[in-house]
Amino acid sequence: MPKRTDIKKIMIIGAGPIVIGQACEFDYSGSQACKALKEEGYEVVLINSNPATIMTDPGIADATYIEPLTTEFLEYIIRKERPNAILPTLGGQTGLNLAMKLHEQGILAKYNVEMLGAKYEVIRKSEDRSEFKAAAIKVGLEVPKSVFAYNVEEAKYAVTGIGFPCIVRASFTLGGTGGGIAHDMQEFERIAALGIESSMIHEILIEESIEGWKEYELEVMRDYNDNVVIVCSIENLDPMGVHTGDSITVAPAQTLTDAEYQNMRDASIRLIREIGVETGGSNIQFAVDPKDGRMVVIEMNPRVSRSSALASKATGFPIAKFAAKLAVGYSLDEIQNDITRETPACFEPTIDYVVVKIPRFTFEKFPEAKDILSIQMKSVGETMAIGRNFKEALQKGLRGLEIDHIGLDNKQDWRYIDDVKIRQRLQEPNASRIFYLKYALQKGMSIDQVSEISKIDVWFIDQIAQILELEDHLKSVGDSSGTLGPELLRRAKEYGFSDAQLAEILNKSEKDVRAMRKDLGIVVTFKLVDTCAAEFEAYTPYYYSTYETEDEAIINNQKSKSKKKKIMILGGGPNRIGQGIEFDYCCCHAAFALKEMGFETIMINSNPETVSTDYDTSDRLYFEPLTFEDVMNVFEVEKPDGVIVQFGGQTPLNLARRLSQAGVPIIGTTVDSIDLAENREHFSKLMDKLGLKQPANASTVTKEETLIAAGRIGYPVLVRPSYVLGGRAMRIVYDEESIKSFLDELHSVSRGHPVLIDKFLEDAQEVDVDAICDGKDVYVAGVMEHIENAGIHSGDSACVLPPHTLSEEVIEDIKNQTVRLAHALKVVGLMNIQFAVKGRQVYVLEVNPRASRTTPFVSKATGMPLAKIAAQIMAGKKLSDFELVNPEELKYICVKESVLPFSRFSGVDIILGPEMKSTGEVMGIASSFGAAFAKSQMAANQALPKQGVIFISVNDFDKRDVAFIAKKLADLQFKIMATRGTAKALRSAGIDVIIVDKHYEGENNALTLVQKGEINLIINTPSGKKSQSDMRVIRAAAILHNIPCITTLQGAWAAVNGIEASIKEEFTVESLQVLYRSKIEV
Amino acid sequence: MILLFRNRCNWAFFRNISIKKQGMKEAILYLQDGTSFRGRTLKETGETAGEAVFNTAMTGYQEVLTDPSYTGQIVVMTYPLIGNYGVNDEDVESDDIHVKGFVVKEFCRRHSNWRAKKSLTEYLNDNKIIALEGVDTRALTRHLRISGAMKALISTEDFDPKSLQRKIDEMPSMEGMDFVKDVSTLKKYVWKHQGPRRYKIAAIDCGIKYNILRILAGLGCEVHVFPAKAKSKEIMSIKPDGLFLSNGPGDPAVVTYVIDTVRELLGKVPIFGICLGNQILGLALGGKTYKLKFGHHGANHPVKDLEGNSIAVTSQNHGFCVDIKSLNLNDVEIIHMNLNDQSVEGIRHKKFPAFSIQYHPESAPGPHDAKYLFNKFIEMIDNHKNAKAN
Repeated sequence: MPKRTDIKKIMIIGAGPIVIGQACEFDYSGSQACKALKEEGYEVVLINSNPATIMTDPGIADATYIEPLTTEFLEYIIRKERPNAILPTLGGQTGLNLAMKLHEQGILAKYNVEMLGAKYEVIRKSEDRSEFKAAAIKVGLEVPKSVFAYNVEEAKYAVTGIGFPCIVRASFTLGGTGGGIAHDMQEFERIAALGIESSMIHEILIEESIEGWKEYELEVMRDYNDNVVIVCSIENLDPMGVHTGDSITVAPAQTLTDAEYQNMRDASIRLIREIGVETGGSNIQFAVDPKDGRMVVIEMNPRVSRSSALASKATGFPIAKFAAKLAVGYSLDEIQNDITRETPACFEPTIDYVVVKIPRFTFEKFPEAKDILSIQMKSVGETMAIGRNFKEALQKGLRGLEIDHIGLDNKQDWRYIDDVKIRQRLQEPNASRIFYLKYALQKGMSIDQVSEISKIDVWFIDQIAQILELEDHLKSVGDSSGTLGPELLRRAKEYGFSDAQLAEILNKSEKDVRAMRKDLGIVVTFKLVDTCAAEFEAYTPYYYSTYETEDEAIINNQKSKSKKKKIMILGGGPNRIGQGIEFDYCCCHAAFALKEMGFETIMINSNPETVSTDYDTSDRLYFEPLTFEDVMNVFEVEKPDGVIVQFGGQTPLNLARRLSQAGVPIIGTTVDSIDLAENREHFSKLMDKLGLKQPANASTVTKEETLIAAGRIGYPVLVRPSYVLGGRAMRIVYDEESIKSFLDELHSVSRGHPVLIDKFLEDAQEVDVDAICDGKDVYVAGVMEHIENAGIHSGDSACVLPPHTLSEEVIEDIKNQTVRLAHALKVVGLMNIQFAVKGRQVYVLEVNPRASRTTPFVSKATGMPLAKIAAQIMAGKKLSDFELVNPEELKYICVKESVLPFSRFSGVDIILGPEMKSTGEVMGIASSFGAAFAKSQMAANQALPKQGVIFISVNDFDKRDVAFIAKKLADLQFKIMATRGTAKALRSAGIDVIIVDKHYEGENNALTLVQKGEINLIINTPSGKKSQSDMRVIRAAAILHNIPCITTLQGAWAAVNGIEASIKEEFTVESLQVLYRSKIEV
Repeated sequence: MILLFRNRCNWAFFRNISIKKQGMKEAILYLQDGTSFRGRTLKETGETAGEAVFNTAMTGYQEVLTDPSYTGQIVVMTYPLIGNYGVNDEDVESDDIHVKGFVVKEFCRRHSNWRAKKSLTEYLNDNKIIALEGVDTRALTRHLRISGAMKALISTEDFDPKSLQRKIDEMPSMEGMDFVKDVSTLKKYVWKHQGPRRYKIAAIDCGIKYNILRILAGLGCEVHVFPAKAKSKEIMSIKPDGLFLSNGPGDPAVVTYVIDTVRELLGKVPIFGICLGNQILGLALGGKTYKLKFGHHGANHPVKDLEGNSIAVTSQNHGFCVDIKSLNLNDVEIIHMNLNDQSVEGIRHKKFPAFSIQYHPESAPGPHDAKYLFNKFIEMIDNHKNAKAN
């Protein structure tokens, strides 16, 4: 069927901020869909609250709205844009849920908007567990024994028929929130209550535990003609019981016979037909009992997902792009396979390599949370690796994870781990289990024993044993002869051993290993990802490295005879807190910008969720870990004219020095300048030379030095290890005692790196600046005023652009300092500076001569594609070649708010500090600060109340100032409740206050009121004292019940502004395209 | 194998053994055009020769090995890890391994599957198959795609290109080879139906895959399997309700004895053919066949059913193909087409009850999308009977 001509305008809902369970894979799928629909001549309307996305770039859709993802705002946009159809299946669970609500509220019917891809009933059938179960049984599939419950009493009765352990899943949530495994009634009661609470429809499913079964997933596509294909099969290394997002997974499925695989395939096809997903991608999860092969279906997502992004990258088959084309009426055989060009998309990719995906965790950020994995997703990112065997792919993946492992290495010495711990780490799924599998084997456990305890299939354990055996063999040969023969060395490389790993094993330097390897002619080869295992010629240059005999990158490069200059861009690797989608956004822009200038672009990255690893983002894609060895391998084959390291975050920057020493031409700001900015001592000297002010600081190595220095600087001080991103292990300490205990904690992180101490500026305002310098001119692209004071990590604080309280004088001073720093550091490209302002005094906190987390926000706010401009400048253009906007002349206010993952880590307090904890960000745009802030809060899913009860409990410092806030709120007709001390302060300011207890005796205590939903907003500033621990319980309850909880006074001020605006002003929406046009006219 | 694993529990023993696998011997895979690849063999050593073809299915190696259609061929698997789920008693397509040689990137050391009875390497060793691992199978596949399937020789003894070339030049090529006579059953046998008997089917065995028999039996057919050289009279003597033409190896054009039989029986009994059966029907209807450059061997080709207008993802295994241009379109209709290369995947006689399919609706290995074609065969017999009754 050709495409539909009865629809002209299609709306796409994005997935919003990056949260655990929903990361940049939806930017990848959404931008693919937008591009595909535009290509077909449709007008595309896009809404997403996340500014750090490629999809919200003004060129991707025809009308782009950065607005809160709520039905209220969606209706504004629908009313304004009047789309004919909405495509709900590309914006993750958020997009899907919103589309469902739009239907339920009659908004789609009212404006005559059609749902494409999957209709309301279909989504319901797949998402609603009872309907899904019935559908599965109807087509002859088995499901685990299960029963539904809608309240705790009912649940307690129902569970007796299932038995323990059992699994509790909440209907309509994302990433498995509100679920868990219960082993006894007590545990069950707790989990059931949570689940009922977090379900959109207050429904939980209590399910027979199939923990330990083998887990599989199929990616399925269907078109209007009822053609169905399976794009990819995935087998999980971690068996059932661990969320797929937290599991190490492998594609294709490894241990299914054809008969069993086809049986699963048949089941998927029957199911997608029965559920009725008309077009597009879905994923279906299965569990298989390893004892007898009994297969049960677990769940289905009637939309593109994290797994479909993975499947796309694993096979080369662009699921989201095709899903969009199918949605507008094409059938699979009418779409060409981009990779082979001559064959249709109606086929099933076959791959001739092994793909391993490994999740990236950040438990180190939340020391109070245990790193135990369960069915609620906890990982914040992932890396994917491709190899010609599992061993190679696994080791590449582990070194690509950037958690200080260089493969399946020996970071911990197995001899010092006791057996009890080994057993426990095998048995209870956790973030480092993969290494414990090796330690257990090293300790002498048999393959079968390890498999039995961990429930991980022997196939995987044996693969790990093979790595270990070879390692032992290498060690013994190395010990006896001091070197390895070519055959053995080749085998080591085939098994995925990195040069660094071999260096450790052989007691040599990595450099020597590399040299030895090359002398022996053992060099990397690159193979193509082509969807067809070489059966057809492939035209998309998407490569991975391996150790084979034929190098297709070399063959293809020779064939192309391109005379273009080449620039290589190093990506950011897996998402983590502190380094996420913002950097991928920058890398993509670099690729687009340089392509525009006529360069050939080469991308290296290992994150399958990203747009940068889409095969058409750059001219050539190398799916590789970002390590020195892997980057050098690509470099030596491609010999690019320039390499960009400043866009991928800290990851490529950490490699810069070594790459440059190895002769890699790094373009833009020099490595020396990067070092100068990162090296405390040198930087301080520079500051002195420039006459700029920094908070007093020191860099020390020993504990004694640190204590002396801290005393000299004067408490409070900010302490952290050097060379970390996202404020990892950074803390404000107020006295000697706390610094001592912090240093002890720090020991494992810093590993000999110096400790940095700064004077902590209390009550100082923080300002972020993004600028571009071409070596001569400087463009200050944005001055962002933080809402929270200095001391809260810049990644976690909200900020506003243009600044709304800073004086012109201070802004001028900041701009002036920016220009001087850019010149002094000889910046070519992007730079970001953090300033603190206390009174009129401006302090420089940090300078980063690279793309920053705020680059996309500033770009979206001003309409200036900063990363693009910076990339072109690095490639030779000048600032004078661009028409630049003055950010202070914006006619609207933009607020960036961060989104925090606290709901995922029970037991972790929600207090903000110098260590970054947020996973994502949203943006609010409006004509006033209040409205923009209110929008940003709605977008961050913490909408401010317009009426009701506000509970206030602040520390002694804040008691005086909070009165002004309370007064204002009382004037706005809010009822104020406060704890005794705070109430006293408020009463003396003449405010009417109800006194409530924290959470002890009586009905009238804050905790109960929070739990009953009778409090609408909490303002609570922590005092850092023990007595605050009961407030901690209240904050935790607030998170659980989704009640906004503000923990800083500045945040409270902003909230008051926001509340006032939402009461007094009417919200309006405007597309970026219109906003930019109106601004240019000014 | 099980014993070996027990030994592995003794870690000290395990860690001291050499990583070089037992019996592994350096080997060369030498191609007709002088290209060669290196690898290591399993236990079986010596020399073997055949036509090198690649198969892109990611699962189903046991079915591939036992498929009689691979007679005379050295099969290269494009998926690099082979043997992961071992071998079992059920997933066989005949009683023997038929490939002349087997080439993979890596054989699995320890398989895992609840149905597995032994490891693949043990199975290959027991059956004395020369099997090669450690080959850059992607490079080999690319080479075969670009230069075409060709004669190949695996040797653990002779590494001299000149001598290898001489040997390979002396080998007959696939075109003109009759392998059917080698794989066909010597004596007629009956494959029992399941449930009540619906029809009696005569099958001409040119190398029939068991899964075809299993499916027909499942549909209530009692299948009388005849040697390929059975005469039409002999076949008709059992009064079959339908005639099935099986898959099989080699060049269809030289299997004249089956072509003649089919020509004689056309119109007398409903006919359904698969793979070689399709080519034979085409030849019997006056068409010609030609050799494909590197054939279709895999489990992911899209084929359009031009009558039902549906697309099936299909299991493919053929080196020859019916030439569209050679068919008399007054008599013959093309009913299935390959969407990758637009080659003929199925034909039907316009007047007589006869149709055939080039790919493998019985799958094994591969998707089950096209299994409905067996029901079409049954329907055809139904209709034929009804027509006769009226």
